[in-house]
Amino acid sequence: MTDARPLLTIEDMRIHYDSVRGSYKVVDGVDIEVHRNEIFGLAGESGCGKSTLVEGILRLIEPPGHIRSGTALFRPFPEDPERSLDLVQLDYHAMREIRWKHLSYIPQGSMNSLNPVMRIRDQMTDVVMHHEPGGQDEVSRNIAAALEMVGLPESLGALYPHELSGGMKQRVCIAMAMLLQPALVMADEPTTALDVNVQRAVLETIAHLRDQMGATVIFVSHDLAVHAELVDRMAIMYAGVVMELGTVYEIFDNPQHPYTKRLIHSIPALGGPRERLESIPGMAPSPLAWPEGCRFHPRCPDAMPACSTTTPRTIELDTGRKVTCHLFDPDIDLEQGSA
Amino acid sequence: MSEALLAVDRLSVVFRDTGLFQGNKTTVAVDDVSFELPSEPTLVTIVGESGSGKSTLARTILGLQRSASGTVRYRNRDLSGFRGADWHAFRREVQPVFQDPYATYNPFYRIDRVLKVLVRKFALASNDSDAEALIEDALRAVDLRPQDVLGRYPHQLSGGERQRVMLARVYMMKPKLIVADEPISMIDAALRALFLNILLDFRDQGISSIFITHNLATAYYLGGRIMVMCRGRMIEYGDMDQVVLHPSHPYTQLLIDSVPSHNPHHRWQEERSEYAVDASEFVFSEQACVFEARCPHAMDICHHQRPPFVTAATKASQQSACFLYHDEYRPDQA
Repeated sequence: MTDARPLLTIEDMRIHYDSVRGSYKVVDGVDIEVHRNEIFGLAGESGCGKSTLVEGILRLIEPPGHIRSGTALFRPFPEDPERSLDLVQLDYHAMREIRWKHLSYIPQGSMNSLNPVMRIRDQMTDVVMHHEPGGQDEVSRNIAAALEMVGLPESLGALYPHELSGGMKQRVCIAMAMLLQPALVMADEPTTALDVNVQRAVLETIAHLRDQMGATVIFVSHDLAVHAELVDRMAIMYAGVVMELGTVYEIFDNPQHPYTKRLIHSIPALGGPRERLESIPGMAPSPLAWPEGCRFHPRCPDAMPACSTTTPRTIELDTGRKVTCHLFDPDIDLEQGSA
Repeated sequence: MSEALLAVDRLSVVFRDTGLFQGNKTTVAVDDVSFELPSEPTLVTIVGESGSGKSTLARTILGLQRSASGTVRYRNRDLSGFRGADWHAFRREVQPVFQDPYATYNPFYRIDRVLKVLVRKFALASNDSDAEALIEDALRAVDLRPQDVLGRYPHQLSGGERQRVMLARVYMMKPKLIVADEPISMIDAALRALFLNILLDFRDQGISSIFITHNLATAYYLGGRIMVMCRGRMIEYGDMDQVVLHPSHPYTQLLIDSVPSHNPHHRWQEERSEYAVDASEFVFSEQACVFEARCPHAMDICHHQRPPFVTAATKASQQSACFLYHDEYRPDQA
């Protein structure tokens, strides 16, 4: 089966920001595989490194930040699924060729990323002309098709960004990201500033990319309810590392990591019995000095002596189901901490 | 009959935009809204899309925004008749919590000052040690450790901590009413629960709250009563459980239907048609329902007349501004 190779394999990704006070280890050893034609969710509290990870994959990290180590093997060529590009190693020009064409991005607050003094159509034309120069008619046809896909009329191309509502601008950004039908789209909190009705329309548009266009999406959101509604598989991040990874059903039906359990229980649901929600006590740690051992142990209700001394390994519970916690490691002495 | 804590009667707020090039343009931000908070501690949540007027309503209740018509009465006294001393007393009993915890603090002063000024201004303590005890007690009530917070500057605290210091401030005042405008939209999920639980605890201690949010799951968790606003109009009002589980107004139904389900086994079934998203330029009209252009059940009458508020369905505790619940216009009657 040719599709067996994942579209994107990230291994040991570390993204650090240097400062006079030391190194901020914002992303600190992430391993993730993203399969073809799935929506992969990245969830976690603010500061857990989920946006930085996406920026790292796109090579948008600016000094003083840098990719300390890691590989991101990207296999966007359907005719040759074995051929891979290591996104971390590509130079500026090679990366420029890949962006938009094979790998596109819907940034956080993307409605503010449109150029205010250019008509929508002209901004979209720029993207097409850079990568696949073609005749006027062909370009217009592509733009009209992309706008239609996100439920917007072609006539909207003649407008300026300030003439659109927030949800329409967000959908323009999705249309732009899909213009050249890239293999992978990364959406960073695309619905955070939107009303629920608009949020639903945008989420349905993203699901449509997967179902009708065959796209693969990495979807970043702090809102677990949105993940439950949209994604196929997901990773829960905390303090720069992945704490738990599995299908959306595994994560919600049967969370394993104490952090995941807490996170799910801290969010109110609509309808049903009204139980008092539990918050996660304590503060999120600083990326300048993550806690020793397991990074969650100071806030963890199930912490054992080993958790404060030994860094937990990632344990594969089942195929593709991973958890980074000592409680699931058969080889560790929880009272002592020596593996 | 006991006296209401707060009574809003036919309140309207109008913004006039006398632009240099555009001529006069008026925006009716709050349009003929009436509701009451009873004297016993109650939570009222106001929900609606952005631009629905919920923040303006809150600002008007706080006396920060002038109304165009109608009245806001606090303990049976009209806010418009307040003088200096009345405001001082009102500010003591009615406390705001604003949306952005990054914008409400003066970055040059330590956190202590926010709390100490309050003690001085409202003479909450007679000496310094009493004041300190009071401040520490308030911080503990919102689950903060005094030594973590006191002596620090705002930029050294996270958004969740800053919002909780605001609640500590509120707690010290022992107000009658808290008006919280989107207080949790900028803090993390794990801390939201804490903030909501504090509001519930406050209610149990006798403090009422008006809580503004666009997050319906949060509203449901708080319970109490709910008001749904759409384009300045209150279109549904009633008991939380009744309104959320059996919404009567088509707009409320639309909102509830758009909330992510929180359970991957119960996802949205079919894609929704276009009516859901508000793309039209709204033209204010005295002669139509605010939702008529988008409403899937719109009848002829909806385009020509404003629906008055009526009791919907069988429940007396749920009112709706929709002709579907007027006997003479009900589709099954025609």
